[in-house]
Amino acid sequence: MSSVSSAVAHSLPEAILAAGAVGLLFFGALRAKDSDGPVTEIAAGLVALAIAVIFLGSKTDAVVFDGAFIDDGFGRFMKVLALLGSLATLIMSGNFLAREKIDKFEFPILILLSTLGMLMLISAAGLIALYLGLELMSLALYALAAFQRDDLRASEAGLKYFVLGALSSGMLLYGASLLYGFAGTVSFAGIAAAIGGSASRGVTFGLVFVMAGLGFKMSAVPFHMWTPDVYEGAPTPVTAFFASAVKVAAIAITIRLILTAFESIPVQWRQIIIFLSILSMALGSFAAIGQANIKRLMAYSAIGHIGFALVGLAAGGEAGVSSVLAYMAIYLVMTLGTFAGILEMRVNGRSVENISDLSGLAQTDGAMAFFLAVMMFSLAGVPPLAGFFAKWYVFNAAIQAGLYALAVIGVLSSAVGAFYYLRIVKVMYFDQPAPAFDKAAPAPRAVLAITGLLTVFLFAYPGFFMEATRAAAHSLF
Amino acid sequence: MAVSLAQFLIVAAILFTLGTAGIILNRKNIIVVLMSVELILLSININLVAFSAYLGDLTGQIFALFILTVAAAEAAIGLALLVAYYRNRGSIAVEDINLMKG
Repeated sequence: MSSVSSAVAHSLPEAILAAGAVGLLFFGALRAKDSDGPVTEIAAGLVALAIAVIFLGSKTDAVVFDGAFIDDGFGRFMKVLALLGSLATLIMSGNFLAREKIDKFEFPILILLSTLGMLMLISAAGLIALYLGLELMSLALYALAAFQRDDLRASEAGLKYFVLGALSSGMLLYGASLLYGFAGTVSFAGIAAAIGGSASRGVTFGLVFVMAGLGFKMSAVPFHMWTPDVYEGAPTPVTAFFASAVKVAAIAITIRLILTAFESIPVQWRQIIIFLSILSMALGSFAAIGQANIKRLMAYSAIGHIGFALVGLAAGGEAGVSSVLAYMAIYLVMTLGTFAGILEMRVNGRSVENISDLSGLAQTDGAMAFFLAVMMFSLAGVPPLAGFFAKWYVFNAAIQAGLYALAVIGVLSSAVGAFYYLRIVKVMYFDQPAPAFDKAAPAPRAVLAITGLLTVFLFAYPGFFMEATRAAAHSLF
Repeated sequence: MAVSLAQFLIVAAILFTLGTAGIILNRKNIIVVLMSVELILLSININLVAFSAYLGDLTGQIFALFILTVAAAEAAIGLALLVAYYRNRGSIAVEDINLMKG
């Protein structure tokens, strides 16, 4: 009995989201109205409650549910990030959905279920738990991508994401079946014990397939081809969700899998990570240059940033992991801010998505132009903004691990990438004004302001933040 | 005549390759893509059950049951997306899914 109550205590955030999603589904169905009513607010409250539970709940590490679920400092850190991404998405989405006339109550419920899948994914301690968490996350995301179902682009985005997502789950599962066969167990710790320092060919094959599957979810090159289309086609709040919370969860499980199951065979996993990282950084920098649609540009930006985060993972060790955690936290803030800005891009009640629509924004809406410019400088990595520190930490970790070539390639592609971020700033400040945007809704404006201030003032208090990432990374070793 | 583990694995690998090729090479119809996805998942189940029997460990069979369940949910969502797409586009040919590029 005590083991059951301890299991529930350690999975309380997940339990809240699961019970809340089911309860809200009943509520919405019995209410028999199409509009979402209070469901979005309740869902946001549940997510906030889950964050509060993580902060106030027990800080002891434990493995529960027969070794399938692990609750540790690393998991709690990443869960807070994923929950913050989902909270911001819920807060920003209400107004957008109402104006697009897709404010159905299923939307917040799908976000809740997807977030629940992310939390389970982050806490997975075995291959079965990994697969179930991943699928719960992805199945909700497929539906969310096509949520604007009368829109051709959205349904095309959903279909593309589904087909490639299903293929990637298949790859991941094939790898998982090989790992199970050659290691004889599905738990990460058991796989590490079975490998014991030298990988058999079956385990190496399994590792490659699993990394291919996770690479799809992270949108690392060469598994990125769905990203630009899905980012462009999906409704903007959903795109914000893809770019923030989903990336955090995918990176988290990649780190956990590699460092708990494969830490003893760095030769095998490191070259995969370096390969993904270099290609992602290069493609993210060069392919974004010619983009006219800002959501598409953010897709390539996301691909590039995943490449930078993987630099830290390739470095490995506690310093490397803590640099990735710092990178993902800062990336989350910058992405949410940028998408809050994109959500405000509306002219005469219609969403506009082209970079040229931002022309002369400094003259029509100075505050929005300023905060968006902060986001762009930060994404480009200009000091003293938060994005600079993020890159500084990962490149530093790579140099300390002796990966000089990787760090040099990273700095070079970061310099190339700065071009397209700065082009947006130039368009906003120096071009002839385009038609002014409609009056902004309060929620995206607040998210943009808060994330903007966090980005600007991180340099004042980096110690507290770095201490948190170090403590989280420490729990993995 | 007993079938060895390697033979099961070879069959599963062939089915997996066929499924992957079906997704990548297919230019005609998205229904074929959905069928290929199912083929991939079932080949993995063969793998898991064969390993499970070989190792004398039940975990693989439980994993296979989970995969069957999730595959059903996945097929439901896939078909729903397909219907939504067909309503907007009036076609389910793979080569018509080309609105967004670059």
